Amino acid sequence: MKDDQIIICRCEDGTLADVKDAIHRLGLRSVEEIKRVKRFGMGHCQGKTCGKLISQIISRELNISYEDMAPATTRQPAKAVSVKEFASYQEGN
Amino acid sequence: MSEEYNIVIVGAGPAGLAAATTASKYTNKILIVDENIKPGGQLSKQTHKFFGSKNHYASVRGVNICNILLDGLSKEKVCFRPETSAIGFYKPDTLIIQDKEGLHKIKGNKFIFATGAIENMVSFENNDLPGVYGAGAMQTLMNLYGVKPAEKVLMLGAGNIGLIVSYQLMQAGVEIMGVVEASPFIGGYHVHAAKLRRMGVPILTSHTVKGVYGDGKVEKAIIHKLGGGFEPLHGTEKTIEIDTLCLAVGLTPSVELLHQAGCNIKFIKELSGYVSVHDDMMETNIPGVFVAGDASGVEEASAAMLEGNMAGLKAAYDIEGFNRSVFLNEKEIVEFELKSLRTGPFCERAQAGKKRLMVEER
Repeated sequence: MKDDQIIICRCEDGTLADVKDAIHRLGLRSVEEIKRVKRFGMGHCQGKTCGKLISQIISRELNISYEDMAPATTRQPAKAVSVKEFASYQEGN
Repeated sequence: MSEEYNIVIVGAGPAGLAAATTASKYTNKILIVDENIKPGGQLSKQTHKFFGSKNHYASVRGVNICNILLDGLSKEKVCFRPETSAIGFYKPDTLIIQDKEGLHKIKGNKFIFATGAIENMVSFENNDLPGVYGAGAMQTLMNLYGVKPAEKVLMLGAGNIGLIVSYQLMQAGVEIMGVVEASPFIGGYHVHAAKLRRMGVPILTSHTVKGVYGDGKVEKAIIHKLGGGFEPLHGTEKTIEIDTLCLAVGLTPSVELLHQAGCNIKFIKELSGYVSVHDDMMETNIPGVFVAGDASGVEEASAAMLEGNMAGLKAAYDIEGFNRSVFLNEKEIVEFELKSLRTGPFCERAQAGKKRLMVEER
C-alpha cells in the first residue's frame, strides 16, 4: 500500500502517510489533536468524511479502543457559511 | 422578530416527515427545514419496494411512501422550507438556518433532529481519482435526475445499499463487474444478493479494493483477498477494468448539531458511530430536544419513520397536554411496531445498540 496515495482528509489534502506521521513522529493521539495541528477535519466538510477514518487509523496504530476515543469538538456553523452571509446578518432578520 | 414555531424539525426524510405527520394531529405551527430541493430524503430516490408488514409500508416503493407522507401533511399546520440548512442550534430555543437570502434565526418550543447519516469513506490507493462515487450519489443521479452515471461499475460493499444500488444500476443499463465485500459474509438481505447472482454478478466476500488506477480517471481497480484478520493476502490481486468504483460501505449518523448543543454523545458500534443518547420517546438529555431516524443510530427507513412518529407524539404532547389515554395508546402502538420491526435477525445489532444507548445512560 502506498500511504501517500491514500487520501484521508479530502478538504485539506491529507494522506494516510500524513496521519501516520502525525501519530508516530509528532506524537498526536486523538482526532482533536490531529485536527488542531494538521487542520485535518477543519475544511469544507468539517470532518464528516475524514473523522471516522482518522479514528480508525489512531485505533489501529496505537491499539486504542475505538469506543474509548472522544469525538472531536464540533462547532457552529455546521455547514459552510460565507463571510458575506455573516456580515449581512441582522438581528430580527 | 424572529419566527416562532411549536416544533422545528430538521430534515425532511422519513423520520422528519413522520414526526410532522404525528405531531400535526395534535398541534400546529410546525416547521420542517431541509437542505435539498425536494423533501423525502433518501426515500425520494428509493425505487425499490419495502419489506416488512403492511403497517411498515411493505411492497410500497420508497418514492411512493414519500408521496404518501407528504400528501398527508396539512399545509395550514406544517410549513416546509426546502434548500434551507440548519447551521447552528443554541439551546434551549434557537436554531440558525441558512437559505438563499442568508442567515435567519428561528425560535422553537421543541426541536426534532432528523438529520440522517453521511456515507462512509474508505482508504485505498488513489481514492480521490475521478470515478470514485458514493452509492448515494449514484442513486441520486439515476433515480432523481435520470442520468446514467457510469458504464462499468465495481461495487464495494455487500450490505443492502450496495446490493440494491447494484441492481438499480443494472436496471439503468450499467454493467456491474462485481460486488466486493471485506467481511466473510454478505451483510444485506439474501433476496437482494440472490437477485444479483441470478443475473451473473459475482459477489466476492473476504475481498477488498487495493486501489483504483488510471490516467486522470478510474480505468481499473485492483482487488485482493483478505485473511481472517482482514489482512491482505499476497498473490491474490486481481485487476478489473471499470470506469467507476461505487462505495457502499456504511453510514455514520449526523449528530453535529446535537453535539454542538451539548447533547450527550456516545460511540455505539452497533449504531454505526457517535449517537446522541435518548430515552424511549427519542428525547435527548436536553429537555425538548429530540432525535429520530438514522441520526439516532443507522437503521432502515421503516424504523426511522416510527422513531419520527414517537418524537412527534411526545413533542406535541408536551406542548398541548392532550388527553393522556390518547397519548399512551398511540405511544403503545408505535412501541409495538418498533419492537416487531426490530425482531428480525438482521435487526439484532440495531436492537442491541439501542438497548446499550438507553440503558447505560438513563
